[in-house]
Amino acid sequence: MFRSVEELVKLADESHLSISEVMIQSEMETTGKSREEIFLRMAGNLDIMEKAVERGIHENVRSHSGLTGGDARLLQDYLASGKSLSGDVLLDAVSKAMATNEVNAAMGTICATPTAGSAGVVPGTLFGLRQRLNPNREQMVRYLFTAGAFGFVIANNASISGAAGGCQAEVGSATGMAAAAAVELAGGTPDQSAHAMAIALGNMLGLICDPVAGLVEVPCVKRNAIGASSAIVAADMALAGIKSKIPCDEVIDAMYRVGRMMPGALKETAQGGLADTPTGRALKKKIFGSAAPSSALNNP
Amino acid sequence: MKYRSVFDIIGPVMIGPSSSHTAGAARIGRVARKLFGEVPESVTVTLYGSFAETYKGHGTDVALTAGILNFDTSDERLPQSLEIARKQGVSIRFYPDRETRTEHPNTARLHLKKGENELDIVGVSIGGGKIEIIEVDGFAISLSGSNPALLVLHRDKYGAVAEAAGLIAKYEINISYMQVSRHKKGSLAMMVIQTDEEISEGLAAEIACLPNMLNVAVLS
Repeated sequence: MFRSVEELVKLADESHLSISEVMIQSEMETTGKSREEIFLRMAGNLDIMEKAVERGIHENVRSHSGLTGGDARLLQDYLASGKSLSGDVLLDAVSKAMATNEVNAAMGTICATPTAGSAGVVPGTLFGLRQRLNPNREQMVRYLFTAGAFGFVIANNASISGAAGGCQAEVGSATGMAAAAAVELAGGTPDQSAHAMAIALGNMLGLICDPVAGLVEVPCVKRNAIGASSAIVAADMALAGIKSKIPCDEVIDAMYRVGRMMPGALKETAQGGLADTPTGRALKKKIFGSAAPSSALNNP
Repeated sequence: MKYRSVFDIIGPVMIGPSSSHTAGAARIGRVARKLFGEVPESVTVTLYGSFAETYKGHGTDVALTAGILNFDTSDERLPQSLEIARKQGVSIRFYPDRETRTEHPNTARLHLKKGENELDIVGVSIGGGKIEIIEVDGFAISLSGSNPALLVLHRDKYGAVAEAAGLIAKYEINISYMQVSRHKKGSLAMMVIQTDEEISEGLAAEIACLPNMLNVAVLS
């Protein structure tokens, strides 16, 4: 078992294992389950992620509120036009991250990574990198174990809850996890994974959770989109040999402390940020009327 | 360590839109249902913190109801739970409490009732779909860390604890922590048993069949 990123990287280096392998062995040790059982369960999660992505980029997904849906497809069409500024890999990842969150907002089936509101970044980054890196199914499942290992450290030392730590704890964590996992998928070292995560999460510090009308839609879908792009850029930086001056564990701790300092209005209460703009308030009124959702709901 | 498995991070597979406000809420509802042991006639839910502010947007009411109907977080009937509850004659009322400050922002108190049978339970959704149960029928529950746990409501009779512990041993499961509380001698009692290994539904069902046990819920 590892409690910090430092311990995780040390474990991997000393036993000449990948981060994903350290995570799998740790899971076997903690739960007493077999490698096959653990691997199959994660492969099942990968299937769910893939289905959500496919649904989001092919079907006409719309949320009940009408606030989100269809943007992943718009990006796919734009990609096909060959005119993109940021490049095919990046935009494909962005589109697939959005696809996942659009399905989530429409109350579809997704796999939380680490949460539902931030479920797009990790699979979006993976499926966006697929054409470039051509991974086999095992490598794709391993990507999820690597992302899980880093997320595990964040969850136990800081938070992955927007209500407790703001969006930095959700999309911030997911971006760090995806960056670290992308490094391993591309053949980087455990240490480079740690730097990618530190760079990615460090860039997300202070990000507030301000869902318009309290819905996991605006700005969540777009935060996941740009989270996926940041993850790939951070992974590239680490693979190029760039190091985070602040060690990964200290970045995680900083995220935790920033979350503690953040006022309640900016932590998933829909009382600040974009939720508290004239348009944000108007959208809330349009969706719920003026009284709801503050009135008690009776059933029947 | 609050989270112990990689599947706490990459998972759960769930119906959107929020792991804490939807999946976690469904899990709290389901633990309440398991401990209650039957379909309730009426349920009163008090929501605190972020739950109170955003429950409707996140479908927290829908998810808690789904849990009370014994649905899993990935059950595709989840979005229709309010309708299904209405058809089953379950009345569920939600009261957001914006005044009371709770330790964690996502806290819900559920009061389930059917005839003489009543249950009061307080659950917290700590993030990523993970939950903690902090109170059952006035029994404060302190679960350290995130190991799997069994919550057992039972009659306060001699041998009850030994019988449950015996079955757990039969399954070769090690108890890491145990707490037994009761209101008064001979009345209702509550066992909280934390284990090193996963607890199967089979074991929970066998414990529930023991003579003095009332209801059993598993927290994984």
